[in-house]
Amino acid sequence: MDRDQVSAYIPNLRRYARALVGDRHAADDLVQDTLERAVRKFHLWRPGDLRAWLFSIMHNVFVNQIRARRIVPSAEVDDSIAGATTPDWVTDARDLERGLARLSAEQREVLLLVSLEDMSYEEVSRALGVPVGTVMSRLSRGRERLRRFMDGEPVRAGLKVVP
Amino acid sequence: MRLDDDLLQAWVDGALEGPERAAVEAALAQDAGAARRVLRLAEQRRLLHERFDPVLLEPVPERLRLARPAWHGYARAAAVFAFGLAVGLVAPLAWRGEGGPAGPQATAPAAGALPARAARAHLVYATEVRHPVEVDASQEAHLVAWLSKRLGTKLQVPVLAADGFSLLGGRLLPGPDGAVAQFMYQDGAGRRLTLYVSARARDEKQTAFRFAQEGPVSVFYWVDGRWGYALSGEIDKPALLRMATRAYKDLNPP
Repeated sequence: MDRDQVSAYIPNLRRYARALVGDRHAADDLVQDTLERAVRKFHLWRPGDLRAWLFSIMHNVFVNQIRARRIVPSAEVDDSIAGATTPDWVTDARDLERGLARLSAEQREVLLLVSLEDMSYEEVSRALGVPVGTVMSRLSRGRERLRRFMDGEPVRAGLKVVP
Repeated sequence: MRLDDDLLQAWVDGALEGPERAAVEAALAQDAGAARRVLRLAEQRRLLHERFDPVLLEPVPERLRLARPAWHGYARAAAVFAFGLAVGLVAPLAWRGEGGPAGPQATAPAAGALPARAARAHLVYATEVRHPVEVDASQEAHLVAWLSKRLGTKLQVPVLAADGFSLLGGRLLPGPDGAVAQFMYQDGAGRRLTLYVSARARDEKQTAFRFAQEGPVSVFYWVDGRWGYALSGEIDKPALLRMATRAYKDLNPP
């Protein structure tokens, strides 16, 4: 296993995990568990898209952690980055994080893989093991829900999205 | 063309090709509502990047580093070892059998521990981007005086400039028999070498130059008088040997 190849993705895994679970330490726990699992399973990796493989492992670890209740599915706001910035920015950042925390874990995963990681719908589909159609509907619902929250519109669970 | 939600977000995500993309753009020009919606989606992407991209620039915490010699299948153990090393808990013998050097080690166990400790310290600190050293080379006199005092000897810093390596600085580390000094060198390509100077253990025998491969790290080491020295780097063996020879001469002037 080429550790340099895997190491190159650690910052991306950390960024995604931070956005996914909010709390810095819980996010790094998720990354650490993911890396350990990747090491154990590396013999199963076939040369191809290492990034997608690593994110799919992180997805599985994340789902297991939610099942084991090690992660609360809704994120808490981590103020450590926002603290050093301008007031407008802080407000936006906090709204953004509160908004993210109100998405379902499935919506948040899709939204972040597409928006932050710039993954194609097909790559997300492979990383999460769900059909492309599911990726697109989760993405659309997640975005709409986040937009409504940021705009101060009422957000209810199970909201139907009107195109 | 009806601009449904899937099409709009596919456009924002750059998932549309040629004609389809052009068709959506033409339709957007006629549909102010859809255009506003697309702008909001793009704005969301921008906010997410603005908020979370700084994480990419944070130094990777020690516990998430993969640069360990016994990496394959030992990640957790390696993380524990690295932590133990940092706080001085790990006895050097704990290293043996973990992909350590072959040959001389079998008959000189304590000497075998030196290259392993040096390689581990090399991996932990040479991969450090922001804080590779405690005191940098701009304060070389202070660095040498400080480490000399802590080790209880008059330390020399070998000059490896002939091979393009200059002193980056150094740090104090815990060792099994007290303080250890680590000097770090770097060349123009950013490659790093570390010289590890540790008190000789009671049962450690004097050795001539020995070579050990500790995972990705090559180590030339020798035990001389009260001290064990190890020069570690992820560079080719002949170059490392040349520099180890030079370091040896600098440390033992005729």
